Amino acid sequence: MSEGKTDYIPGQYPDLPPPITEVGVVGWLRQNLFSNWWNTGLTFLGLYLVYLIFVPLIQWAIIDADWVGDSREACTSGGACWVFIRVRLDQFLYGFYPVGEQWRVNMTGLLLAATIAWLTVPKIPGKRYAGLFALVIFPVIAYLLLSGGSFGLEPVETTLWGGLMLTLILALVGIVAAFPLGILLALGRRSKMPIVRALSVAFIELWRGVPLITVLFMSSVMLPLFLPEGVNFDKLLRALIGIVLFQSAYIAEVVRSGLQAIPKGQYEAADALGLSYWKKMGLIILPQALKLVIPGIVNTFNELFKDTTLVMIIGLLDLLAIIKAALEDPNWLGYSIEGYTFAGLVFWLFCFGMSRYSMAIERKLHTGHKR
Amino acid sequence: MKIKHLLAGGSLLALSTLPVAHAGATLDAVKAKGFVQCGVSTGLPGFSATNDKGQWTGLDVDVCRAVAAAVFGDASKVKYTPLTAKERFTALQSGEIDMLSRNTTWTLTRDTNLGLNFAGVNYYDGQGFMVHKSLGVKSATELDGAAVCIQAGTTTELNLADYFRSKGMKYTPITYDTSDETVKGFEAGRCDVLTSDQSQLYALRIKLKDPNSAVVLPEIISKEPLGPVVRNGDDDWLKVVRWALFAMINAEEMGVTSKNVDEVRKTTKDPGKQRLLGLSGIKGQGLQIRDDWAYQIIKQVGNYAEAFERNVGQGSPLKIARGINALWKDGGIQYAPPIR
Repeated sequence: MSEGKTDYIPGQYPDLPPPITEVGVVGWLRQNLFSNWWNTGLTFLGLYLVYLIFVPLIQWAIIDADWVGDSREACTSGGACWVFIRVRLDQFLYGFYPVGEQWRVNMTGLLLAATIAWLTVPKIPGKRYAGLFALVIFPVIAYLLLSGGSFGLEPVETTLWGGLMLTLILALVGIVAAFPLGILLALGRRSKMPIVRALSVAFIELWRGVPLITVLFMSSVMLPLFLPEGVNFDKLLRALIGIVLFQSAYIAEVVRSGLQAIPKGQYEAADALGLSYWKKMGLIILPQALKLVIPGIVNTFNELFKDTTLVMIIGLLDLLAIIKAALEDPNWLGYSIEGYTFAGLVFWLFCFGMSRYSMAIERKLHTGHKR
Repeated sequence: MKIKHLLAGGSLLALSTLPVAHAGATLDAVKAKGFVQCGVSTGLPGFSATNDKGQWTGLDVDVCRAVAAAVFGDASKVKYTPLTAKERFTALQSGEIDMLSRNTTWTLTRDTNLGLNFAGVNYYDGQGFMVHKSLGVKSATELDGAAVCIQAGTTTELNLADYFRSKGMKYTPITYDTSDETVKGFEAGRCDVLTSDQSQLYALRIKLKDPNSAVVLPEIISKEPLGPVVRNGDDDWLKVVRWALFAMINAEEMGVTSKNVDEVRKTTKDPGKQRLLGLSGIKGQGLQIRDDWAYQIIKQVGNYAEAFERNVGQGSPLKIARGINALWKDGGIQYAPPIR
């Protein structure tokens, strides 16, 4: 027993509190970061790397950054020039949507947020109507509001749509329309009817076999050549159809993986109850199958959200494309890092939101099948 | 190559399925709908880009505005379709746009195989070189043994090889995928020279931390005449676009600007200016548009010098010198047939 330090034989005093080095913050640090000389070394190396990366980043993005002003002359400090983003923010959000009409986009956005809240917050009642509203009524309202031409609203052509608004439209329409189509295709692929099955397989394999960029390119470059002159259908609509068809093939395969994971007994039990095909699928199989494949579906949607940036190659100015276009303004040449950082942040926020939402649904629907 | 075939095949297909367009179809259609649908680049500094207010500006955009001013007397009656390089010709062939003003190089293949007509040249471009000022190089002929930054897979690469071979000089190519990377490479000192179309070099130069550390050399090693394009077989429309451009060049030659055009119109005794401003001569009759068409262009868009300086010249951040784009009487090659 040395001076200033007390040693106890283990087990002799069971009532004593654990030693300070084993619990609390210190204990955690010792256990996880400094358990031996090797781990201690790694911890310091890690801290050093964090220091190397974050100090200049914060210096550039916050401390040295320029926030106020309205032209490049305001950017003198050598840090990030957020003035560029601020001045162009309206364009990044709305594209070329007329300034006087932007409230319509805001209204649609608010309505969308409210609908999502209605769907997600457990305390708000009427979920069944919320789903109906989100899938049927909301798209109609959104379309009427955004494109105008009725109820005294000035028509706004889709060529003027752009920025974040266009990105969200592409992603949401893609998700909402591709999902039911994908489920039908998945069911078709597992159908016992040979023609339905063959058609579903052919459709899925065709669309999975070509890159999205090719689909978009065809929709914008080849399709107009097959139409007589003067018959143009909207470029945005062409891109949307391409995206929906492409995405539905992927959803179909994800859903099919869920269908295959359902034990055969479930199918047989449903048959034994005398349920029709649609009742069997709608009441017994699909609810279980879809629950299983939530991570896969969200993954696909996440991908779709980011893939929308490909519409750039057909001259639709989505968020990333309009930032790129803004970078070509002679008055703002050379601020690409700010522009791309902003785009990255926005995309990350939306994708992160989606994955959090999917985790919440998974927890809510968790009924003990998790292994 | 493949895309070229596709386009060529596609255009044949388009032409074969088109109803036979009678002359003037586009002009009539444009007059009826009340605006010009103009295809522009999704973004090219000084030629077509959007400003902070979301309006399209640039030298190519001004051609669209000039045509609208000539037809409607209102330069703002243009709707823009931003197009990528790949889809620009299809958009024109399919009738999605009425005219294409998108830094398009006039070449034999494009003029003949694609069913298109070039209406004129609004900017004579060509491949040039930018070097670090510290090198002290004054001419491209002193570049023997240089490391050259280029964007991969462009005709720029081929032109560069041709040029150095013909001069018997050696060089080390350093290729990048995007123009932004190319600039960063140049800035970091990976190469002595950066090559690209000269109009773009000035834009790339602004992207440098210190734009004054680099200079653009005077030599041009390829011909890239850029101009507005319309569909084949629609002569009336072609002429409107062509003469809208010619009017701007003629106005510069006669010293008529957007500032003094009203004054000149009231007081001029010069028959040339009178014909230009629609006071005498054939006026708008031949083009089947308003009599004061050229006046409207000059008043609302300006003459060629004004458009050039505003968008790419001294009045813009690019500060491109007129060079061969100066008028023929000032040592350049911009030349327009007379309005008479």
